[in-house]
Amino acid sequence: MEAFVHQIFSGLANGCIYGSIALALVMIYQATHHLNFAQGEMATFSTFIAWALIQRGLPYWLAFLLTFGISFAAGVLIQRIILRPVEKAPVLTNVNVFIGLLLIFNALSGWIFDHTVKAFPSPFPQESALKTAYFSAHESGSFLVMLAVLLALYAFFRFTPVGLAMRAAAQNPESARLVGIRVSWMLAVGWGFAAAIGALAGMMVAPSVFLDPNMMAGILLYGFASALLGGVDNPWGAVLGGLIVGVLENLLGAYVIGTELKLTVALVLIVGTLTLMPSGLFGKRVVTRV
Amino acid sequence: MSALPGSHDQRPAKWVWIAGALLLVAALVLPFLVKNYRVFQFNLVLVYAIAILGLNILTGFNGQISLGHGAFYAIGAYAAAVLMDRVGMPYWLTLPFSGALCFLLGFLMGFPALRLAGHYLAVATLALALAIPQLLKYKHLEHYTGGVQGIVLVKPDPPFTFRLLDQPFSADRWLYFFTLAVTIVMFVLAWNLLRGRVGRALIAIRDHPIAASAMGINVSLYKSLTFGVSALYTGVAGALGAIAIAFVAPDSFTFVLAVALFVGLVVGGVGSIPGTIAGGFFILFVPNIAESISKGLAGAVYGVILMVVIYVMPSGAAGLVRLITGKMVRQGR
Repeated sequence: MEAFVHQIFSGLANGCIYGSIALALVMIYQATHHLNFAQGEMATFSTFIAWALIQRGLPYWLAFLLTFGISFAAGVLIQRIILRPVEKAPVLTNVNVFIGLLLIFNALSGWIFDHTVKAFPSPFPQESALKTAYFSAHESGSFLVMLAVLLALYAFFRFTPVGLAMRAAAQNPESARLVGIRVSWMLAVGWGFAAAIGALAGMMVAPSVFLDPNMMAGILLYGFASALLGGVDNPWGAVLGGLIVGVLENLLGAYVIGTELKLTVALVLIVGTLTLMPSGLFGKRVVTRV
Repeated sequence: MSALPGSHDQRPAKWVWIAGALLLVAALVLPFLVKNYRVFQFNLVLVYAIAILGLNILTGFNGQISLGHGAFYAIGAYAAAVLMDRVGMPYWLTLPFSGALCFLLGFLMGFPALRLAGHYLAVATLALALAIPQLLKYKHLEHYTGGVQGIVLVKPDPPFTFRLLDQPFSADRWLYFFTLAVTIVMFVLAWNLLRGRVGRALIAIRDHPIAASAMGINVSLYKSLTFGVSALYTGVAGALGAIAIAFVAPDSFTFVLAVALFVGLVVGGVGSIPGTIAGGFFILFVPNIAESISKGLAGAVYGVILMVVIYVMPSGAAGLVRLITGKMVRQGR
């Protein structure tokens, strides 16, 4: 029983990471109705930037904030320069650009920071008030960070004019433009947020899985699965989906199929969710009039 | 909505026949002009061309985006390898079995694909491509798949030998001709399938599914069948690849392969049959050149070229050729 409870809690810790990637995906989906395949690689690259800053001798939290800012700016720039020309292009074009971004960021990470596996420091001291019976200090620390991000996002979308404008731009671009919202810039801000949240997730996951250019490959797939399970238009759903997927993955890995088929679990989850309940657990059911 | 190529008039002009005949002569003579290893590479170009053709039938003509065709390639390759190694089947007989297996699996994958469009389908198939190496390594399947080590095959000997232009008729040259024959059959079949009633139905579904079903096309059935046929093509390519390389292992069929097929499709030209050959050349030779300049550069080159193609020549190599020949014809008048 003790072991079982332990599996559940360590699943929840993983789930936080999946949840934050899912959150980043949902952000982009809400703003653009696109799923960004390059999310994981962008997050890995941001984490490498943080690593380089820490190597230069910057204190952790300063590096953390700098990376957050750099990623935000990079996300905005990518949207402005690369995606803006194809904003209204067919889906295939967009998928194409995302795959291109994925390949470029993956190669860049390997090229600039080379392929050796690197240790990434955790900001939370091993023996602190955060350490509990079931969570290590880093696990509960990253949980708190994610909770903080979620609350901040909620507040941003709910209480600030820019947040309101972003929601309007996503829901009804034409009307939003008529009342003077610069829709295209709202998309860029959405990309910026997604890149920044991805960077955050990368920095939280790196201490436990170590840093290398392919760090996010499997995690991204789980993030997708979480986002789809939770409903791809619902940020809270994404986080809950992440927690569910984390626990499910851990329990299946420990008791049913072993760890070698982890990605297959993600495949089954994705195909299963999309086939049986396309709008996810908490998503809005979309009905299109023909 | 017919911005994508493939919807134009498909009747061949006279110069197409001449160009085709010249290409065939070149393809027949070429293996005796170059070294054995090059012949092997040209063989793989044809293999990739068939695989990309499969993807093109699905993505280019039917509008279903797949990033997971590496998985069908892997399944075709493994089916051929297992049949040759464990059952002792002759290599040429494995092709229909690989094709049939992939058709079935593709058809089944086509059902969930009906519910998914655009990005979602791309994600689901991406998951398929990522999961397949793990499944091939799975310990309960190891008896068949050989686990991480994979399966080593014996390269089939040519049925007869002779020398031409001072080059022996080696196993690689024989397999090249074998692949060439299969390629021609597959391309002619695809061309016949796509230029007629079925092809029009596929394009109609791609461009306007509601109008297509209003005209009496069974959209679900067509889409699933297209997925099956597409997987069949890619599976046969996988089998041919396994025979040519004489080795299969899970790590040859990673995400990189799936992306390569997609890149080949885009570079060759979405919705163009001859373009797939250009795509085959591209994904075989360009990564080699890039890797020889700097390790790990292949990915970046793929990425950059994907972007450039999108912004500069959205209809790929085929579109570029069409543009140039179109200009020449207009100037000639």
